[in-house]
Amino acid sequence: MKILVCLGNVPDTTTKIKISDNKLDATGIQWIINPWDELALTRAMELKEDANNLVDGVSVVSVGLASAEPTIRKALAIGADEAFRIDCEPTDAFFTATQLSLVAKDFDIVLTGIESSDYNGISVGGMLAEIIGSASVSAVSSLNIDADKIIVSREIDGGKETVSTQLPVVLTVQKGIAKDPRIPAMRGIMMARQKPLKVIAATSTANLTEILKFEMPQAKGKCKMVDAENVAELVNLLRNEAKVI
Amino acid sequence: MSVLIYAQNWDGKFKKSVYELLSYGKKIAENNGTELIALSLGNVEKDELESLANYGADKIYFSNNSAFESFDNEIFTAALKQTAEKVAAKEIILLHNNEGKALGSHLSVALKAGFVSAAVALPESYSPITIKKKVFTGKAFAHVKVNSDIAILTLSPNSFEIKEIASAATTEEMNFTLPTAKTKVESREVSKGKLLLTDADLVVSGGRGLKSGENWGMLEDLAGVLGAALACSRPVSDEGWRSHTEHVGQTGKIIAPNLYIAVGISGAIQHVGGISSSKCIVAINKDPDAPIFEVADYGIVGDAFKIVPELTAALK
Repeated sequence: MKILVCLGNVPDTTTKIKISDNKLDATGIQWIINPWDELALTRAMELKEDANNLVDGVSVVSVGLASAEPTIRKALAIGADEAFRIDCEPTDAFFTATQLSLVAKDFDIVLTGIESSDYNGISVGGMLAEIIGSASVSAVSSLNIDADKIIVSREIDGGKETVSTQLPVVLTVQKGIAKDPRIPAMRGIMMARQKPLKVIAATSTANLTEILKFEMPQAKGKCKMVDAENVAELVNLLRNEAKVI
Repeated sequence: MSVLIYAQNWDGKFKKSVYELLSYGKKIAENNGTELIALSLGNVEKDELESLANYGADKIYFSNNSAFESFDNEIFTAALKQTAEKVAAKEIILLHNNEGKALGSHLSVALKAGFVSAAVALPESYSPITIKKKVFTGKAFAHVKVNSDIAILTLSPNSFEIKEIASAATTEEMNFTLPTAKTKVESREVSKGKLLLTDADLVVSGGRGLKSGENWGMLEDLAGVLGAALACSRPVSDEGWRSHTEHVGQTGKIIAPNLYIAVGISGAIQHVGGISSSKCIVAINKDPDAPIFEVADYGIVGDAFKIVPELTAALK
């Protein structure tokens, strides 16, 4: 059984977003693996290391230019066996999913993070499943392999469901899939340099959507301070001014 | 041509978020001079189904097929696709929840239609559709153009006002050709009667300033008096003080209640990303320089352990 983890290369979550020239201002941005993708990779490594499982290998794929390679190398340092980089700038979700399908069609389990923390392109996993015609489950918060049966849990409103799925499958995973992301060890970093990173030419496809311009949220008005000795005043403001209670 | 909304049900009942979709879809249909179609999948009683007409649906299509008892991406996508083709839907509008996001992405490929998630307002133009949406987890907005004839949208919760417009809707049962499911729900655990964070109009949230999970009693009391749901910041769920299902922020849940009360939360940028669409934010923090005050509407600087019980008492 082969697992593929799709990696998004995104600004660090602490980034203050600045827009200049109608684009994300990349000055000073620290690029990281999309946090959900990193958790997915961690879970894939746990499954591979567990001798009871039938996982033969863990690969990673990312759609991006050569500038995305440090992020991909980090995934190799965490433990992935091989990496693919599809050589183009990811634009909209459909374009990105189409590129990922070039690699994903050869795998049994494909993992994508629930939301990429850049353009919130929550849709790549579902689109990928539809393109390659595989089963799919989204909002997955645990993944186990029992003999050759794939068992996942999925968050639903107010609870969770346990779902079994056929292979191949695309799973869109979220928090809970692994406890903490793995941090590469020095040995892993050294070994990552020797691991294969294959560059694949992009396929041409349409963009179904395009971003015309960005806009920053309006600054909030000044916070109205209430004296700690006069908590009743807050109740009054919420009732009569904000009218929210 | 028409506007199609998917009216998801929970144990046979609709939520106000579905009526919000209808109100939003109605505006688009009125603008285009087209019909608003609502689709319901799964077992819903006739009275409940007809409630969709109170919010502007011109036609209500439904199926009580048992295949819709549990959610499967392929099966629900097939039903939506067949309905969209039957009614020549030009705009397909879904809830911005787990099911809606999954369906939007599958349908996008199935119909070769552009998918815009987390729309926050009506389209700015209609042919082609351009629309404003949240990006970077609410830290910015983007204006997106859809390049296909059909546009699929998910609507950010609480971004459109619900309006009752009685219409004389017709109801019609649909017969779908459905694929065999590749996934199977083996079991389900749902806690009944608990107010869901993502449905709540009022939310009381605690952060690291509360020092320990054992101190949550006073927040539970405050939430109880208000009828609010409980939430927490990331360190709190990482420490295991509260379940990660209550974590709001960039890597947790994104919420937009009418009132969000942040107690002992400093307001890291990742946390603010998850709550910035709240209509009113109250911050209670001992540090007057905490960044939460930059996004709050009302603030109290002081000891949460003294202020929260006083607030609860004042609300009683």
